[in-house]
Amino acid sequence: MSLVSLQGVTRRFPRGALALEGLDLDIEPGEFLAVLGPSGCGKSTMLRLIAGLDAPDAGTIAAPGLARQIGFVFQEPTLMPWASALCNVALPLELAGTPRRAAEAQAAAMLARVELQGFEHSYPRALSGGMRMRVSIARALVTRPRLLLMDEPFAALDEITRFRLNNDLLALWRELRCTVVFVTHSVFESVYLAERIAVMRARPGRVVAQHLVPAAERADPEFRTSAGYAAHCRAVSHSLSLAMERA
Amino acid sequence: MRWLRWLLPGLFGLLALGGWEWVVRAKAIPPYILPGPVLVARTLVRDWDSLSVSLAVTLQITFAALAVAAALGLLLAVLFSQSRLLELSLFPYAVVLQVTPIIAVAPLIIIWVEDVRVALLICAWIVAFFPILSNTTLGLNSTDRNLEDLFRLYGASRWQKLWRLRLPTALPYFLAGLRISGGLSLIGAIAAEFVAGTGGAASGLAYRILEAGFQLQIPRMFAALVLISASGILIYLALSLLSHLLLRRWHDSERS
Repeated sequence: MSLVSLQGVTRRFPRGALALEGLDLDIEPGEFLAVLGPSGCGKSTMLRLIAGLDAPDAGTIAAPGLARQIGFVFQEPTLMPWASALCNVALPLELAGTPRRAAEAQAAAMLARVELQGFEHSYPRALSGGMRMRVSIARALVTRPRLLLMDEPFAALDEITRFRLNNDLLALWRELRCTVVFVTHSVFESVYLAERIAVMRARPGRVVAQHLVPAAERADPEFRTSAGYAAHCRAVSHSLSLAMERA
Repeated sequence: MRWLRWLLPGLFGLLALGGWEWVVRAKAIPPYILPGPVLVARTLVRDWDSLSVSLAVTLQITFAALAVAAALGLLLAVLFSQSRLLELSLFPYAVVLQVTPIIAVAPLIIIWVEDVRVALLICAWIVAFFPILSNTTLGLNSTDRNLEDLFRLYGASRWQKLWRLRLPTALPYFLAGLRISGGLSLIGAIAAEFVAGTGGAASGLAYRILEAGFQLQIPRMFAALVLISASGILIYLALSLLSHLLLRRWHDSERS
């Protein structure tokens, strides 16, 4: 059974234009799903709907048994500038009523997992863009969510930092076995990260094509430079250009 | 470059004071028209006993007004942030309070309120209150939208959102308002003292200025003026220091 199932989801922008119309998408437990599409295709709107931060005008979003165990990583690191990295990561636990000490212990462990030992007491201002994003990811994972929603998290980072974070994210995903929905507008990133890529069109947004990247190919450490990777990128690019023509 | 920041205005001030003293002496200007800075300083030392008592009275009113303005301004801003209806109904009256010149309202307040010191406190409070209210209201409404979403996602209560998101966001705004209000509460206290014109033991610096004016003791008038300016500068510096201490670790305005 799907972890989240979106059926015929329609959402209008406040001014009446359709952000999403008749969107169907199933998210399977444990998968790494990339959602790829041109800007303005409603990718972020879809994530907000899944997170329960917004409600659809029509259609249903069923998430049986998920019980809001969701982590969210925004496009910006979205940290509280007045709080240390540790306090930022401990926030979701403390909001849920975990005593401060226990919350901070778990937060410190999660910061270590994203390779930020020694930066617990640094304020966001003192951290680089990549490190801030790591704090943001640690905060999203500290509650051990079953579903991690990521809204173009690495779009604003430089290429080298992005590559590193891509690898670290995959390692975390393999270790924690949570379901990831990763919104991006980068074909290369989506092919590198995801087992399944849903391609969306814009105005109104809906999923128009899906693409699978077999696990056997992805396991290859040289995957990013392999001919198979290039072929997948070409195929996904093709679906994306078709989607953009239709828009 | 840091020392230039202190050295340059210091040098300029000394130069201006020297020029002033020189003009007074060279033109033999009588002290009841314009006393030189040396005479003003001497008068300040000579009359320190009575002037310091008045300074204490004025500062008491100033600080009390500032404290009440800070507390009420913050409280009202928090209430506004919790209820848009309340903000819409009351905010215009806060503006009315702000734009009505205190000199025009002070006589009424002094007639209505029996205790003169309370009346002075109210006048100073009216002047000092608005910057804190309007700044803090703006700050409380300036929260990052994504952080708001994050708090919603984790099911934060209204109280958690206020305490952990909105108040920290508003802190720099509140402190900026406080810095403006510090000077304003002194101005409000002095203006109200002028209107009240109370004599006796409980009279503040404004009354000393009035009194010295009537008696043509112009050096004493200047001495009182120096005390008022110095108090204003010290209040501003103290509030700037407070702001620095609270924001230095995280706020962009404190980036060195």
